[in-house]
Amino acid sequence: MTQETRMLDSVERYIRGEMLPDERVYFEQLRKTNAEVDQLVVEQTLFFQQMNRFGEWKKFKNSLQDIHTDLAQQGSINSDKLKGNAKVVYLWNRYKRVAAIAASIAGVTAIGLSILVNSFGPHKESPKIQALVNEVKILKDKAKVLDTKIENVDRKKADNTTTIIPKYNGTGFLIDTKGLMITNAHVVKNSRNIFVQNNKGDQFKAFVVKLDVSRDLAILKIDDEKFKPSLNLPYSLRKTPSDIAEPIFTLGYPRDEIVYSEGYLSAKTGYNGDTLSCQVGIAANPGNSGGPVFDRNGEVIGILSTKEMQAEGVVFAIQSKYILQALDELKKDSLYHNIKVPLTSGLHGMDKVKQVEKVQDYVFMVKGD
Amino acid sequence: MKSEINEKELLEGLARSDRKAVETIYKENYNMVQALIINNNGSADDAKDIFQEAMIVLYEKVRSGNFELSCQIRTYVYSVSRRLWLKRLQQINRYQPDMEGAGETVAVEEELEVHERLDTEFALIEKGLSSLGEPCKSLLEAYYLQKRSMSEIAAAFGYTNADNAKTQKYKCLMRLKRFFFDQYKTTEK
Repeated sequence: MTQETRMLDSVERYIRGEMLPDERVYFEQLRKTNAEVDQLVVEQTLFFQQMNRFGEWKKFKNSLQDIHTDLAQQGSINSDKLKGNAKVVYLWNRYKRVAAIAASIAGVTAIGLSILVNSFGPHKESPKIQALVNEVKILKDKAKVLDTKIENVDRKKADNTTTIIPKYNGTGFLIDTKGLMITNAHVVKNSRNIFVQNNKGDQFKAFVVKLDVSRDLAILKIDDEKFKPSLNLPYSLRKTPSDIAEPIFTLGYPRDEIVYSEGYLSAKTGYNGDTLSCQVGIAANPGNSGGPVFDRNGEVIGILSTKEMQAEGVVFAIQSKYILQALDELKKDSLYHNIKVPLTSGLHGMDKVKQVEKVQDYVFMVKGD
Repeated sequence: MKSEINEKELLEGLARSDRKAVETIYKENYNMVQALIINNNGSADDAKDIFQEAMIVLYEKVRSGNFELSCQIRTYVYSVSRRLWLKRLQQINRYQPDMEGAGETVAVEEELEVHERLDTEFALIEKGLSSLGEPCKSLLEAYYLQKRSMSEIAAAFGYTNADNAKTQKYKCLMRLKRFFFDQYKTTEK
């Protein structure tokens, strides 16, 4: 601070009575001996008074305006009442504090009530998540099933690869070129015979190579002469964790035809903080189980498995790193030690229509009986 | 007798800017002034302006410590409003020497002179403050009108400490005083 600034500050604190007693005595002494300081005090006192008067005048003037509006509103004076919007604005300004207080009381009460209800209300131990596997209603068609089974037995003599009556169906996708496929364990664990069907309707027989119920993963192998291995897979398995809000899409067989749907990654963990899976916001139905979840680069970030029953659009997917782990375990087995998992995606930068077109041939419907 | 006591109380309330007192005076006198203005080529808006100015004249009078009106508040406000309106009409060249309205009037010339002087003074301060721009205007208003302490102001305006705020305030005050000085010089000429 310059000397002038300090001087003015002292003078003003003196006038406003903000000085400590010692300082005040010293300052009064200075005032007596130094005419310049005294002059400054007088001048500044006048300025203070002037500003005071100005402040009060201004306040009074503003209060007149308020009073006028109030009285006109009450009808105590014959002035025009406010109409329409102006009236709403006026009332709002006048009562906004009351409204704010009322609203916060209401808010506190509501929160309090919901806490009470939550802590004292009955907790139902209902199944909160539902596997996305499509359990075909057997009971309903029991007689029919029996009939067809008899037929099947007859036909099986002629053709070894006839259709089965699926009890479960889900989705699966290839993870190597030679016919290794991944799906959910819950899709296939109770099945004796497994068939996979591509989007053109061709069916191939498959068997379970590895079943990992704790991770809900199953690795299948297509074992059918009709199946022609492809040269390479267009997508890869993503190793790095994905970020929340990343756009994603999936392909699956909730019905007989391949169905595309898209969404986003909602949370990095699954149901009740499960670190095995992640939460995605996507439309999924029974039958989507085992479907691949692709990010925008065409890398698989997970595999759809379950959804929360009490909430719409809350779907969980098993993270892709656990697919890689399951594959690593499988490689220890001499039969499968040379499986090649695609590490780079050939879908970078393509638009979604192109990506889906490339990918759909590698996504299969998995049927088990 | 009773009404006289009430009037004195009202004036004392007015001097304290007591809302209730101001409201009462407003309520009891507004319609009369509005009738006067509207009957003499004015609008409801003009009536509001004139009446509020008359209220300020009354306020200035009681603020100067003079609660002894030589007449009722009603007569006083009427006289002031009438004078103010005549003056306004004169300014727009619509002077009517025979202004309608049969209300009793008292001499208010002296007060109006004081009022005019104060009006110019306050208008000058208002103009000076707004000519400074921000942050000077708010800074000076916070200290001289709202009477907040420098440490409070430093915090509210985001200065790192009170000393920085003081330096800034000093500069602003000097600019305001220079403005007053320049205005003073031009009016003297």
